[in-house]
Order: sequence, then C-alpha cells, then structure tokens
Amino acid sequence: MTQAALDNAPYPHRHLLGIEGLSPQEITYLLDRAETYVGRNRQTDNKKSVLRGRTLINLFFEASTRTRTSFELAGKRLGGDVINMSVATSAVKKGETVIDTAMTLNAMHADVLVVRHSESGAVKLLSEKVNCAVINAGDGSHEHPTQALLDALTIRRRTGGISGLLVAICGDIAHSRVARSNIHLLTTMGARVRLVAPKTLLPAEAERLGVEVFHDMNAGLAGCDIVMMLRLQTERMHGAFFPSLREYFHFFGLDYSKLANAKPDALIMHPGPMNRGVEIDSEVADDIGRSAIREQVEMGVAVRMACLEALAQPAGEGDGG
Amino acid sequence: MPGPGNNGAEHRVAYVNARLLDPASGLDALGGLLTKGRAITNFGEGLFKHGAPEGVVVVDCGGHCLAPGLVDIRVQLREAGIEDRGTLASAGRSATAGGVTSLVCLPNTDPVIDESAVVEFVARRARLLGLAKVYPYGAVTKNLEGRELAEMGLLAKAGAVAFTDGVTAVADPQVMRRALSYAATFGLTVAQHPEDPSLAADGVMNEGEVATRLGLIGIPSEAEIILVERDIRLAELTGGRLHVAHVSSAAALQAIRQAKARGLAITCDTAPPYFALNENALGDYRTFAKLSPPLRSEGDRQAVVEALKDGTVDAIASDHNPQDEDAKRLPFAQAAFGGVGLETLLAISLELHHNGHLSLLDVLRLLTVGPAELLDLPAGRLREGGPADLVLFDAGRGWKVDADTLHSKSKNSPFDGRPVQGRVLRTVVDGRAVFELEA
Repeated sequence: MTQAALDNAPYPHRHLLGIEGLSPQEITYLLDRAETYVGRNRQTDNKKSVLRGRTLINLFFEASTRTRTSFELAGKRLGGDVINMSVATSAVKKGETVIDTAMTLNAMHADVLVVRHSESGAVKLLSEKVNCAVINAGDGSHEHPTQALLDALTIRRRTGGISGLLVAICGDIAHSRVARSNIHLLTTMGARVRLVAPKTLLPAEAERLGVEVFHDMNAGLAGCDIVMMLRLQTERMHGAFFPSLREYFHFFGLDYSKLANAKPDALIMHPGPMNRGVEIDSEVADDIGRSAIREQVEMGVAVRMACLEALAQPAGEGDGG
Repeated sequence: MPGPGNNGAEHRVAYVNARLLDPASGLDALGGLLTKGRAITNFGEGLFKHGAPEGVVVVDCGGHCLAPGLVDIRVQLREAGIEDRGTLASAGRSATAGGVTSLVCLPNTDPVIDESAVVEFVARRARLLGLAKVYPYGAVTKNLEGRELAEMGLLAKAGAVAFTDGVTAVADPQVMRRALSYAATFGLTVAQHPEDPSLAADGVMNEGEVATRLGLIGIPSEAEIILVERDIRLAELTGGRLHVAHVSSAAALQAIRQAKARGLAITCDTAPPYFALNENALGDYRTFAKLSPPLRSEGDRQAVVEALKDGTVDAIASDHNPQDEDAKRLPFAQAAFGGVGLETLLAISLELHHNGHLSLLDVLRLLTVGPAELLDLPAGRLREGGPADLVLFDAGRGWKVDADTLHSKSKNSPFDGRPVQGRVLRTVVDGRAVFELEA
C-alpha cells in the first residue's frame, strides 16, 4: 500500500503488532468488519476472494494449535494461500534466528506474516526486517492483539457495547500478553478494568496502565460485568510465584462462590487452553449460560479475517512494499 | 482457690487490693478486677475498696501489680508434634511460671508447621494442655528450606498468625521478595531471623576482641545489618510487612529506626539477653551464653537499651530455646545455640525499670500490648469482656535465677546465678489460676 493509501485507510497501519496505540475508531472498524464475517462464517459457502493470489505465512516460533488453526482458517476463507512454518527456537541465538528467518521470508515474497514468538519484542524486530505486513500472534508477555479483539467482539455481541463495563482480569497478569492487550483495548474503549491477582503475579506499577488492582477475588469481582480468567503460565515462571496449585485455586480460582460477587449475568471468559481446577472450576467453565469460552473461539476466526483483510494490499494498488 | 476444675461460666473471682497496670490504656492505679468464667467483667481504680461482693472467690493481691498476662512472640517448642508430650507441657509450665499467658511458637517443630494440618494439631495439643495459649507461626518456605513458598494463605486460614522460617533466615533475596510480596497479598507479616547465613557460617560468637582471645570464630554484626538492610529494601519494594526478630546490633537498630521514620511497615523485637548481657558473659566458654544471634559488644547492648527507650523496638520476646545438657556440655564451638527465657522474661525486662531506663508501664507495654498488636493477637490488655489472662507480680521482690529450679525441662539459662528483682506470684489464663508461686 502506498503511504497516501495507508493514510486514508480506516486501518492506517502496515502491521498489527499490538493494541497499544490503536485509536477507538480503528478498533471499532476492525470489530465492525469482523462482525460481518461472523454471519458469513456460519454459512456453508463462506469463501471470499479478498486474499486471492496472496500468500499468508503462519510463522510460529512457539507451539500453538488454536491460534495457528484460527489464522489458517481465516486466511483460507479469504481465498489466500496459507503456509504453516514452525521454527524450532534455539535458546541461545533467538535474535539471530529471527533476522535470518526474515531474510529467508523476504526471498519468498510472502504478503502477510502471522508471527508468534516466546520473546517479547521479537515480532516487532521481525517486522522491521521483512517486506510484508506482519500480524503479532503473541510475543512473550507483551501483546496478543487478535485475542483482545476477539474478546472485545465477544463482549460487544453479548452486551451491546464495551464502554462503561466493569471488567475483572484475574490471575497470572505478570506473564500474560492477553492481559496486556486486553487492558489496552478495554481502557481505550472506555471500560473500567480491574486486575485481580496475588502480588507475586502482578507486574510492577500495574496501576499505571489505568487499572485498579485487587488482591482479593471477592472484592475484585464485586459488581463486575465481565470476568476474564487467565491461564497460569507456569512455563514462563522461574521459581515459585505462589505456594501450590491447591492454594492458588482456593484463593484465586474462579468458582461459583467467588463468582457470586459479580453481577448476576456476568460473562465468564478465558483465552484457553484452560487449567481446569487451577484457575477455573470445571463447572463454571462449562456453564452454558455464563461462559463465553466457546464463543470466543468462534469470534477468533472472524476477527482474524478482519485483520487480514485490513492489512492485505487492495487489488490494483502498487506493487507491494 | 480457683482450681482447674473450677472454671464454669459462672465462676467469679475478685482480685482486690491490686495495683492495676494496663499499658494499653495507661492505667496505673490501686483498685480491683472481677472475672466471670473466662472473661474480665469489671476493673478499675477503687473497685472493691470496701470489699468484694458475696459469692465470689477473693484473691487479695496485697498491693502487688496486676497486669495483662505477658505475650511472648518468639518461643521454640521444638518437639510439640511428636509423642513426647512432656516438652509442650514443660514449655507451658515454664511460660505460666514466667507470667506468659499467650505465646507464639516458631514453626521449627517436628513436624514443621508448613501445612495447615500441623497448625491445627499444635493448637489443639496446646489447648488440651490448658496452660498458656499457643499461637503458631507458619513456615515461609516448605520444610524451612528457603526455596519454595509454603501455603501461607491456607496456613493463615488454619490459624498461623504470621510467617517465619524460625531460626534460619530466608537467605535468597528472590525468595524473600516473593515471600513478602505473596504475604502482602493476604496482609500477613513475615518475621525474619536477621542473619546472613554465609557471613555467619562457622561462627559461634560475636566477632571481635573477645572472640580473638578465646580463639573462636566470630560472626560479624554485619551479618545482621546486611540482611536487615536488604529486607527493608525488599519490604519497601513489595509493600510487605516485615518483622525483624531478636535484633542485637546497633547498626541494624539504626536501619530499622530510619525505615520506621520513612513510614515503612517494619517492626522489630529484641530479647532480654541483648539488653542485659554482652559478649563478656561467655566468660570462660560458658555455652549457656552461646546464643543466636550472638551476644554482642557493650556498645551494641547499650544501643538496644536506647532503641527500647525511643520506641524503635516494638516488643520484647523471650527467644526461649530449650536445649538439653547433651547439646550444651560440649566444647564451645560444638555446643548448640540458644537459651531458655520464659521464666526470666519479666524479671530481666524489669531491670530496665529498676535501672531507670523505662517506666513500669513502658516495660509492660513491650511485654503485652506491644507484641499483641504486632500479630493481631486477642491479648495483652485489660478490657471488659476480654479474656481473663492476667499476671500478678511483685515488682520489687528479689530472687536469684537458679537453672536447677526452673520449670523448664531444659536448664540452659544464660542468666543462671543472676540476682534479679521482680517475681511472678500468680498467672491466670481464661479466669483460671495456672500458676501460683509457692510461699
């Protein structure tokens, strides 16, 4: 896309690296576009040709099933060619690997890259070295923008709007990219956000992100419209941040007794995969009336289609770059 | 005489002709006090001046001091868990003989208090004994190993009043940081034994001239100050509540004084040996004076007295650490650390009053409401409706500490042979006399 075309586009960015910095209008545009794909995806004949002739590469430096599949499906439904690349990370030479990989990809002339990496900032680094649009599918503990967008779409469809809602994000905030993207999105869209976690799982000066911090679930959930649970990311933990899973569930796991503090119709969300019996009680997770967890997955495909569409070079506009 | 079988809900005792002392309210007056069942129902200046009501047991205090029972926040029970019931009973008798009605035991019992079941077990055994009330500390780390956090939230729910790894410091700064941070999640206090283990390794007494002359390996007071200063920083970083136990050095007290002045949630206690003795008490290799932290220089001792006077120290705890003869009758370096202290806690603390450093009420404050408030214990003050936990003592009566006559099963008192002033006459727990001095 040319610079002029970019400036006039409703999503005026070359990449989608994070939610931080996006305007409410840009977020709303992506959600509105995603909304149109929700209905379409439910039909049998759901192919479009927005990405016809374009190559989408899923570049995953970190294992993922649902996010990769979701992007793959999104790309195929838009008529693109989708290639999955899993790159084993070498613990010592991550930086080099990312840049080397970028050079290889440039030679392949991909149109959109969807990248996940275990290191915060690695996707940004890659985006600076490649000639195509990049979507961040999760970088370390930094951002996971499409997850926040699909959460927002789920909320919007259930409640009608995001502004004015009281949202509790609970659990392993420190290690969570989902939490960071959601904090940025929800506060940008006018929701009030609470973080609920033991002090050891809260990053320093979290309240500076424009949120309220709670250490007690009952107090933190009081009056909330939305309860977002996070997965305990033990794989990112070095040493013990809490004594045991048993104690964690006792004080910070979502069960009906703690949920009773939230609004009676409060929506329960979880980015998956869930640790049942650790951060969320199985019964609560499977409560069809309360839990939006399955719907989140469905919204994921629609949101990713909207993002791909926004980043794909419109037909007849220049020769890429 | 109200005996143990006599504690019905209606059982009433009138303490007449008493010098009532309540540091929490500042009361120091001649009067009386009435208990009914387990509670104090009335007290005040001039009460029972013209005689006690009908149908109550009357205890004539003879003008002696009647105060809230002492609260001792650092006691080792050691074998509370195992089948040797004698140890807990011996500690209980020792406590009540010393006027202590509530004590907090370190988690280095067998088994270690790092699981909620053990908290309940220790509390239940102590209740069955019916002597002093026992509150447990929970472990900060599993098996006191300084690595993985213990289940502090569940331990607190089961009754642990605060957290410490007992006689060992949480040495790893990352573990200590997380411990303070995690404890702060629940508003709980972490109490630290202030000694860097690697600086103290192999040391057996205070480093300095005396150690040099005795040919013993010293522990520098820097082992204390470095850990205290580090922990103050970590408490500030995490917003955690830090309690520094048995502070013994001038520099550490100065660091705590400054931290308090900055408004940090930091408290500390000291133990009688650190304001009543110095390293010279080791004399000719007296192992009863081998304590942890070690007895320090005269300058440090004087600094502890000053810190007691200016309020830097929040409480005096006995640091009761029973060791049997086998553990002490050894070459100095091989002997165990620690001294018994429950029965000398009051008398040695009263030296601060007799020497003109502190008022009687201020000494008692450090032994009652001071420690009780640190750990939120329902004790340490005279209050209508509050528990009838009392100590009656003769502040002036002289006696000589004699290890052989201590109620404690272990006799390792660093004060053995010391002439002291101030004697417990009677100790009352939940309205029952659990100790009376034999005439």
